[in-house]
Amino acid sequence: MSEQPFPVAAAKALRDTQLRHNLGEATRTIRARRAELVAERSDWEALREAGRRIRDEALGRLDVHLEALERSVTNAAGVVHWARDGEEANRIIAGVLHQHGATEVIKVKSITTDEIALNAYLEREGIRAWETDLAEMVLQLAGERSSHFLVPAIHLNRAEIRDVFARAFDLPDLSDDPEELTAAARRVLRERFLTVPFAISGANFAVAETGTVAVLESEGNGRMCTTLSRVLITVMGIEKVLPRFSDLGVMLQLLPRSSTGERQNPYTSLWTGTAAPDGPNEFHLVLLDAGRTAVLADRIGRQALRCIRCSACLNVCPVYERTGGHAYQSVYPGPIGAILTPQLARLEAGRSLPWASTLCGACYEVCPVKIDIPSVLVHMRGRVVREAGVARSERWAMSALARVFSSRRRYEAAQRALRLGRAPLRVGGTASVLPGPLRAWTSARDLPEIPDQTFREWWRSR
Amino acid sequence: MSEAAREQILAAIRAALGTTRISQDDTALDLAPSDLPTGVPELVELFCERVGDYQATVSRAEVEEVAGAVAGIAARHQARRLVVPAGLPAGWRPAALELVEDHDELAARELERFDGALTGAGLAIAETGTIVLDGGPDQGRRWLTLLPDLHICIVQATRVVADVPDAIEILGELVRSQRRAVTFVSGPSATADIELRRVHGVHGPRRLEVVVVTGGN
Repeated sequence: MSEQPFPVAAAKALRDTQLRHNLGEATRTIRARRAELVAERSDWEALREAGRRIRDEALGRLDVHLEALERSVTNAAGVVHWARDGEEANRIIAGVLHQHGATEVIKVKSITTDEIALNAYLEREGIRAWETDLAEMVLQLAGERSSHFLVPAIHLNRAEIRDVFARAFDLPDLSDDPEELTAAARRVLRERFLTVPFAISGANFAVAETGTVAVLESEGNGRMCTTLSRVLITVMGIEKVLPRFSDLGVMLQLLPRSSTGERQNPYTSLWTGTAAPDGPNEFHLVLLDAGRTAVLADRIGRQALRCIRCSACLNVCPVYERTGGHAYQSVYPGPIGAILTPQLARLEAGRSLPWASTLCGACYEVCPVKIDIPSVLVHMRGRVVREAGVARSERWAMSALARVFSSRRRYEAAQRALRLGRAPLRVGGTASVLPGPLRAWTSARDLPEIPDQTFREWWRSR
Repeated sequence: MSEAAREQILAAIRAALGTTRISQDDTALDLAPSDLPTGVPELVELFCERVGDYQATVSRAEVEEVAGAVAGIAARHQARRLVVPAGLPAGWRPAALELVEDHDELAARELERFDGALTGAGLAIAETGTIVLDGGPDQGRRWLTLLPDLHICIVQATRVVADVPDAIEILGELVRSQRRAVTFVSGPSATADIELRRVHGVHGPRRLEVVVVTGGN
């Protein structure tokens, strides 16, 4: 894994003034819209609590709900597959498509398929995947990665998107007017919707009781893919299950208000198994683990699995607002990504992410399912230090400090030494940068000035 | 292969939950009582206001005025040929327009060539201004309201419910007994993917016209 620590990746993003401008604008706008629509509901806190309870119930008996979901989908003529990891999920999906001799497939935006790098896998298998969400399509054509759950191409401006489309569709006269760009995408994709009978979608929710899958969207590409296709494959993380159909009554209120700041998003599709003649005559549901059961095993960290991918926490995060999504180097950016990525990767990746936060708590305040992100961040910092053995210099410093603090003689000697040694640390009146491995501590903090007299010396001379 | 994956995942879940497993589902959600109105006229009022917020056009008609209202809307959009579900009430069909009934063999490419679609709605949600299509006889297949660029939707006042949980409760019956596919429509198709500028009609209909019918059933 060619992963950089968060501060290194973030430093690059912070120098990109266009990116910072776009992000500031976007997060401010969505934040204001969400706040306005949440304020409209006097029962919002009760709704959040209901959402938390539903998600905790789903996770608290996850095995039972998944077995029920499997039964319901099977009864509705769907086929359920289980995948332990991304590789297995990709193999299952490609297998279904090969069975039908597919060379092309249309896709509804799905972060889960980004997580398992499905498109690249299908390409190696000779199957061209068409992203049909406008932003996802832009990113696919540009060879870029998403930087936000809701508006994945927010780091690109209209001129950049215009260039991507002009090149990809051979439209040299295309203007950078969003209306015209959208119309161009509509023309290109309409042809795909009408000719490609194979589709892949993610799932916002799947109901154990009835086998119903829910997809929320704005553009209509989700409706196109899930109704015009003959063979539909839905990929979902095992945590996305809801126990009862009635739970949708709560979740379908929480998600749009938290995500786009709308009372409802333009389109929500609910389907149960196959739907011919009003939709696919073959339906596959792929249930993906890929580290989720490992997250479930952590009693504090598991609340990250409540997440419904609304992105409200991204929009309020002072760190995300400045660095953008790419600095997190994960398909799950922002505060939720900072606790989800290292857990899903079993600390093999994203180890610096739990520190990509000021612990201000704004993410917890807006979370529609009450994930206590700050507490999980602190918990994850502990896990990384204990289990992954990073920050050796900090650990060394702490044990040295313990020795010093345990003896009065050593403590006073250390204070004198500090005063004598402060001169070379001083830059313009304040000691600003610590030497050697301690430099990391002062790279983002000011070192307090070392006084001429310690408290103990002052007390004795009084 | 798949069986092994299934067993392994379920075993991992059981091991992960250990003693923290919930033994019984809670059923009561204790949602706060809604402060929404309960009378039909008030719900219709709220629904119309909220649909309007989505840049969809909403108008009201008495039961005997529906066909005339539809004709007026079609004229405004220069729409002459509309596709309709077979179960659309006769009283809603304007004589002056060419109405073609949908059937299973009508291909997507043919549907796309219509100037618009004229359907009813299974339910409407006042609080969110949402039209709910549940595949009932006056709504037909889901393609109908997706491919043509104009959707004229007739909403009967008696089918307006207060909020999303009320709609979900009614839809639950249809899903459990008939596995009906359901679509929530809240305004026209839209995107804000380019610099957050809202653009309508990405893939679904660019224009949504809602007619609320009072009187009758």
